[in-house]
Amino acid sequence: MSQDLMFLIETVISGLMAGVMYSLVALGFVLIFKASGVFNFAQGVMCLFAALTLVGLMETFGLPGWAAVILTIGVMAGVAWVIEWAVLRHLVNQDPIILFMATIGLAYVLEGVGDLVWGSDVKVLDLGIPQGAWDWGLDNLNLYVEKLEIVAAVTAGLLVTVLAIFFQKTRVGRALRAVADDHQAALSVGISLRSIWVIVWTVAGIVALVAGVMWGSKSGVQFSLSLIALKALPVLILGGFTSVPGAIIGGLIIGVGEKVAEVYVGPFVGGAIENWFAYMLALAFLLFRPQGLFGEKIIERV
Amino acid sequence: MFYRESGQFKTSYPADQAIFPIAQDRWGLIAVLVVAYGVVPFLIDDYWSNAVLLPFLCYAMAALGLNILVGYCGQISLGTGGFMAVGAYAAYKIMTTFPNLDFIPVVLAAGLITAAVGVLFGLPSLRIKGFYLAVATLAAQFFLVWVFNKFGWFNNYNATGQITAPPASVFGILVTGAHTHPAVTYLFCLSFVALFALVAKNLVRNRVGRSWMAIRDMDIAAEIIGVRPLTTKLSAFAVSSFYVGMAGALYFAVWLGSAEPTEAFGIDQSFLVLFMVIIGGLGSILGSFLGAAFIVLMPILLKNVMVDSLGMAAVTAKHVEILLMGLLIIFFLIVEPHGLARLWQILKEKLRLWPFPY
Repeated sequence: MSQDLMFLIETVISGLMAGVMYSLVALGFVLIFKASGVFNFAQGVMCLFAALTLVGLMETFGLPGWAAVILTIGVMAGVAWVIEWAVLRHLVNQDPIILFMATIGLAYVLEGVGDLVWGSDVKVLDLGIPQGAWDWGLDNLNLYVEKLEIVAAVTAGLLVTVLAIFFQKTRVGRALRAVADDHQAALSVGISLRSIWVIVWTVAGIVALVAGVMWGSKSGVQFSLSLIALKALPVLILGGFTSVPGAIIGGLIIGVGEKVAEVYVGPFVGGAIENWFAYMLALAFLLFRPQGLFGEKIIERV
Repeated sequence: MFYRESGQFKTSYPADQAIFPIAQDRWGLIAVLVVAYGVVPFLIDDYWSNAVLLPFLCYAMAALGLNILVGYCGQISLGTGGFMAVGAYAAYKIMTTFPNLDFIPVVLAAGLITAAVGVLFGLPSLRIKGFYLAVATLAAQFFLVWVFNKFGWFNNYNATGQITAPPASVFGILVTGAHTHPAVTYLFCLSFVALFALVAKNLVRNRVGRSWMAIRDMDIAAEIIGVRPLTTKLSAFAVSSFYVGMAGALYFAVWLGSAEPTEAFGIDQSFLVLFMVIIGGLGSILGSFLGAAFIVLMPILLKNVMVDSLGMAAVTAKHVEILLMGLLIIFFLIVEPHGLARLWQILKEKLRLWPFPY
């Protein structure tokens, strides 16, 4: 194969891998938006918070990785409960923008708590996830792919499968889908909205933990981790706020588009376009489908 | 008792349509203006001007602009930081190209340029709604900051990438640069903000403002009764960006003096101004001022209490400050989702009846 084609394939693959990482963050947004109609801006900070807690537990108390992960899941469930108890419960039926602002406030609180408890210096997260290049691919196919990214892709696949089973096959999952469909109808058949919200925020917290672990292993656990939320937003509007497959496919499109544009278009306009390119790409998509690729069709009535 | 309008009869249509129909409001406003123009300039020093009053005035202007877009026209925008950057860079380019130009036309021109950019980025609003639009406006934020970082033309090929405001004057009195008097810069900003607050107050109670509100409340219904979505939405974007651009010009040239795009006009700015609008009160001119005052004063207050009184370490205090800001925002949203302006209204209702319960 020619050098150029190899390079293109390599770019696309690394784009796909980056896209998986974006999807992981976007997934948390979608879960919460579907179940409670809240546009949760704090998702990025939740990733940071989960990763910080994990690292803190491992470093400060010397816990083994698996125990720290379980404890962190417990902490995220606690956070979900507190959020429901202190914030969401009081803001039922408010305008979406008020809830959105509340989650920005929440992002500040989580960031402040995380920094106060665990300190704000950069931490190394080492859960034993292999690092470096994928040897077999490098030797036989001459492709450079990070091991970590493969692990992330596999994890994301597993996570989506587990979530799909959870949503389709379990009792709680059915209740969650009922709530996502129609709040009032769900209430009237005896589903407790409050416990559903706690559950869905907990699930989002676990997704945040997975995303936080992946991003944290890649670039260290630090404040900039919370900014990945900004990377996930174009993925969201591209895929649609209400669609789990949308989050995955949107992430892949954004990841590939970004990398390809960076390599082939970037040099002509002076580089560093990755900050805004994803948004422009999503915007271009939106002009044709205002509800995103897989979002529910917006039907408006007077 | 103190706020009773009984006995104030309106005998003509102009009196009925007056901007402040109740005498107490008129006198209250006049009192505030008298204090702002007649008392504050004599007490002001560098600290008060730079840390409190100039930020308050600049942000109040930006909040006014954003409130027109979000509060009156219902289009959520997260691109305020980017639009402020447009205003600042437009002012900078005009000031360096025409060094002897009076500063007032500079600010106005910066506003107009920003309005044009705002209309451009407002175009998607005709197709995209709600949070999809909010995220789409982030494109403006990141794109604009990138442009100002990338192309040297905007900062006159300065190696540091910073822009520094050259001295400029209004009627021969310096308002920007290093050798300004705090009272002068304060009065200049105050006049600008007061004038344009009056303009905004009138805009939102005439035909334009009513069509904005119709679009906000339900755009399809508004369209059916004959409000044009195209002109209405784009005019809201234009007017809003005009204000935000002027705010950016004042923010950069008068208050900061020098700025660097990523830090001074980042996404944090966008959120900050949005907070002011929400905490102050969506769809309220007074709310823009209250929100700006709250967001500007609160960190100063918190910092003074924690670092100076409690002797906390500066780093810890910073974290606690972030935490408390978040808590306060959530608290305010829960207690009064309609913002400080609504609290003020409730207070007025109470004052009207006081000391009797009914």
